[in-house]
Amino acid sequence: MTSLEVRDLKYLYDKHIVLDGVDLKIKEGEILGILGPNGCGKTTLLRNLNKNLSPEGGCILLNDIDMEKIQKKDVAKEIAVVPQTNEIHFSFTVRDIVAMGRMPFQGMLGGETQTDKEIIESAMVQTGVMKFADRHINSMSGGERQRVIIARAIAQTPKIILMDEPTLHLDISMQFDALNLVYKLSREQGLTVVIVSHDLAMVARYCDRIVMLHDHRIHALGTPEEVLTPENMKTVFNVDAELIYDKKIKKHTVLLHDSYNVI
Amino acid sequence: MVNDTRKMVLVISVLTVIALVCVYLDLSWISGREGYPLSDVLDTIFGGGTLTSQSIILDTNAPRVLIGIFVGMGLAIAGCAMQAVFRNPLASPYILGLSSGASVGAAVSMLFTIPLIPMGIVTPVLAFITCFLTMVLVYSMSRIGGTVRTESLILSGVAVSSLLSAIVSFLTYIAGDKLEGIVFWSMGNLGNAEWGEIAFIAPVIVVCGVLLVTQAKGLNAMMLGDVHALDLGVDVRKTRLFVLVISTIIVAAAVSFTGVIGFIGLVIPHILRILLGPDNRVIMPLSMFAGASFVLICDYLSRILIPTYGTLPIGVVTALIGAPVFIYLLIRKKKEVGWN
Repeated sequence: MTSLEVRDLKYLYDKHIVLDGVDLKIKEGEILGILGPNGCGKTTLLRNLNKNLSPEGGCILLNDIDMEKIQKKDVAKEIAVVPQTNEIHFSFTVRDIVAMGRMPFQGMLGGETQTDKEIIESAMVQTGVMKFADRHINSMSGGERQRVIIARAIAQTPKIILMDEPTLHLDISMQFDALNLVYKLSREQGLTVVIVSHDLAMVARYCDRIVMLHDHRIHALGTPEEVLTPENMKTVFNVDAELIYDKKIKKHTVLLHDSYNVI
Repeated sequence: MVNDTRKMVLVISVLTVIALVCVYLDLSWISGREGYPLSDVLDTIFGGGTLTSQSIILDTNAPRVLIGIFVGMGLAIAGCAMQAVFRNPLASPYILGLSSGASVGAAVSMLFTIPLIPMGIVTPVLAFITCFLTMVLVYSMSRIGGTVRTESLILSGVAVSSLLSAIVSFLTYIAGDKLEGIVFWSMGNLGNAEWGEIAFIAPVIVVCGVLLVTQAKGLNAMMLGDVHALDLGVDVRKTRLFVLVISTIIVAAAVSFTGVIGFIGLVIPHILRILLGPDNRVIMPLSMFAGASFVLICDYLSRILIPTYGTLPIGVVTALIGAPVFIYLLIRKKKEVGWN
């Protein structure tokens, strides 16, 4: 049982408020989407959630303990991240990268245990990167690299995965592959997933709940039906859009009608 | 990890053979005539030999060989660690201006009378202090809003290095009859090694080298980027500071006795990465081994390359070999060394 809670979070960059008074309780096993326009603090919120940043005010509670009191390594045992950037300049092999997911569980000089090896192999199989195991990461496409980073996050055996624009480098087919995989892990293994994205349709399709940020605060929080209302989407993104239910796939999606910027 | 264990065994075997051959050649060296045969060298090491062989092999050649081994070990692993910390294949122990810092101390010690420090050790002591102070200055300058970014560290290093180089140039200009000493120090020299220096430098290099190796796993993650390392639970700020301090101690200890010896920290880690991949758990310990072998080779070459000029400064030979290798790497192996 792993709980993650944000209480009255405040964060500033160079005295400019990025997040102010954010309260959020992330439920175990849910897929939570974080939406909002550029600069509203989505990535900042995500980076606070795994202690990459420290709040200026308020706190983040991991299992009811203030995260400031928890070692970074212990946070990494509970929370894995798929970051936005996956540009890597050194010629590590795919297996090397995935194996780094076991770092939080190893001592300074300790090697891989048999369990580590099995977890690494399983993560590579689940994400379909086993066939690339010996390839150099810097010779791979952006999409392939993203799958490797997802495999690394899975090898971390986390209770929570934070994903920052996880489909940014992926073609449409790979986007579905990656998100279906995360969806499956969440449903089958009870993994909690937090996804930051600009893709309204994707968030509507996969997320159980959505946080919509606007003006550095939570503008709306709830199920896709509660959050992705035409009014909210107009206020926050300045678009005319509506949430529709696709009976064929039994999922929600967002239909964009128009924006006053579009002729 | 290295997938091909056979390749690693081959590299270690070749390095061992090179190191042993060079240790023998360097130990047996006698200026102006053929060196001692292996049997005489071994006999002298184990307590036998003549008074002359003991004097040449044990009192002159052995300290030179040992200080070369430790300096090579130290500079290579410090370079390896710096390249990982900065995620920059051009990084070397000198990127933070450490060599310029040490040079200022050495030049000052040769030009002025320094109170409180005994004459015999004033140059290494001052070089060590100014080298370390340079790191403190560069690190302090690069702190922006409580955090230290790789880019600001490199920029601060380049700026401070330029300033210190200008000071060294000025001191060289006004040096008068002390000019030769400053210039000779700046080119590196193993020839004046003494057992007391080795007693200081050996534990410093070995302990600091082991401490750097303990950071290898975290450095692997940092080579992917700070964000990746943070996500994997690495305390990037602490690791970076720890590695910089330890590397600086190594470089300061090494150059304070032997002067500036370039290219070891730059070239050795690159060659090993090309051969064995970027994993610091493999590269860092092996770079100590390879760095020592490289210095031993260069030391031997420094004696035989142009015998009419006597023994060349070791820094000249490491640069003569290191620079072409580095150019080759830049042209042919961009991808392997992280230049794609």
